[in-house]
Amino acid sequence: MKAMAELVKGIYTENPVFRLALGLCPALAVSTSVENALGMGAAATFVLVGSNIVISLLRKAIPAKVRIPCFIVVIASFVTIVELVMGAYLPELAKSLGIFIPLIVVNCIILGRAEAFASKHGLGLAVMDGIGMGIGFTFALVLIAAIRELLGNGTLFGYMVFGPQFQPMLLMILSPGAFVTIGLLMGYFNILDDKMRRKAKAAEAGGGGR
Amino acid sequence: MRERLIVSASPHVRDDVSVEKVMYGVVIALVPALAGSIYFYGMRAAFLTLLAIVACLLTEAVIQRMRGVPVTIRDGSALVTGILIAFNLPPGVPWWIPVIGSIFAIAIGKQIFGGLGNNPLNPALVGRAFLMASWPVHLTTTWLSTKGGTLSGTALHGIDAVAQATPLAVLRKASDIVADPSSTTHQLVQAREVLTDLGSADTIVNLFIGNVGGCIGETSVLLLLVGAAYLLYKHLIDWRVPGAYILTVAVLAWIFGGPSGLLTGNALFHVLSGGLILGAFYMATDMVTSPVSPKGMIIFGVGCGVLTAVIRLIGGYPEGVSYSILLMNVATPLIDRHTRPKKFGEVKKSG
Repeated sequence: MKAMAELVKGIYTENPVFRLALGLCPALAVSTSVENALGMGAAATFVLVGSNIVISLLRKAIPAKVRIPCFIVVIASFVTIVELVMGAYLPELAKSLGIFIPLIVVNCIILGRAEAFASKHGLGLAVMDGIGMGIGFTFALVLIAAIRELLGNGTLFGYMVFGPQFQPMLLMILSPGAFVTIGLLMGYFNILDDKMRRKAKAAEAGGGGR
Repeated sequence: MRERLIVSASPHVRDDVSVEKVMYGVVIALVPALAGSIYFYGMRAAFLTLLAIVACLLTEAVIQRMRGVPVTIRDGSALVTGILIAFNLPPGVPWWIPVIGSIFAIAIGKQIFGGLGNNPLNPALVGRAFLMASWPVHLTTTWLSTKGGTLSGTALHGIDAVAQATPLAVLRKASDIVADPSSTTHQLVQAREVLTDLGSADTIVNLFIGNVGGCIGETSVLLLLVGAAYLLYKHLIDWRVPGAYILTVAVLAWIFGGPSGLLTGNALFHVLSGGLILGAFYMATDMVTSPVSPKGMIIFGVGCGVLTAVIRLIGGYPEGVSYSILLMNVATPLIDRHTRPKKFGEVKKSG
């Protein structure tokens, strides 16, 4: 039951991009197409789960004073694996993601989960946390990328959605489009959250009164 | 809710100035320029302006309803934004350009920040910058020639550099040819001819009256100045921002704008062409997004002028008024902080 909660929280209530505002750099940079977003999400999820497993297993062996360098070494190893595998089997994707694959090393979601969760919890929960956060990150990336690709290029997964008359809104593919999209989505999720919380409170108060 | 109790520092001067008075004053001042552009470009100018106004008012109303705040589309601020967006577009753009630009300007440029008074940037210029980044082709190639005039303001039709461009774009092209060592002698001769013609009295008069290609509202300097005089007379704008802005552009254009060395630039051409007059009097003076202190206004105007001159003379675009005002809008809080007037009785601390 607790494991399930750790998995689900990463997707919505503690979504790394929209709720924790972590990992914004890749979310801004590689969300120009859904394909890139999926690739980035998968790569980050693999590294996240892998590093969570290793760090959770080593949490008693890592001295507290040098824990950050230790985490970075573990994370960097997994990033190297991803980089080499992607370069060998998905050269196109590796090319379009470019520098942002090695930069997963300094992705604050991964280091953040290592520091805040994996180094304090056992293997099972750490795996669930990694998977949940990974899915949440991928979900956020794909959502942003879908909006940007649709408006800025008129396509989804590279397929034309609107007719040939559609004149794409170039701004959405450029960096201002990323900032505007993330800002609006964050605002939207804040409103949703606010409403849900208020409803929960009202239900609680109503139940108590009776 | 927050307007019910107004806490402010003394002196408490009571005046009947209101948002409505300022905004409708600006609208009145813009009417001559609108009439002029309808004369020069035909009914299309009126049609595009109307579309932008309607889109602005509707967007404002819909978003204010969604936010659950009073709908204030009667205060005239969205009306001014609509007119200014249309004024910043070439007269030949497709009809949906002013509509989308207006929606973006009001929604992202203004209401997202909390509506009138809270927007850090001039909404009309946000709309223009958005359109410029999104559909650059529509915004840089859909110029129309004026009735009985020419697009570029010069009579030299046969020359490549003059084809389908506004006076500033022609100036840029001709200057580039002169500066390019690989230009042929023939090209050089033509470019020099164009540059001389751009500086001639005929071109200057055309620019002043508005008989050249350009954005809907920026074409006639004469009519814009009529409106500006009204605004200054009514004390709706301060002379410092436009004064410092235009003077800076003139001086920098005179010093650095010439094709043959320093101090040979044509200051008058630079002041009269493009959107400088429109921007300086109607957009840089926006009360929300420009500094409040007299010293700050001068700094703001000079900053706008320097940026405009830099973009026109060195940058990639032929015109830089809109971007320079936007950049100075961002700097406004900083300017305000450093030009805060001394409190009465305050003694300067000895450092």
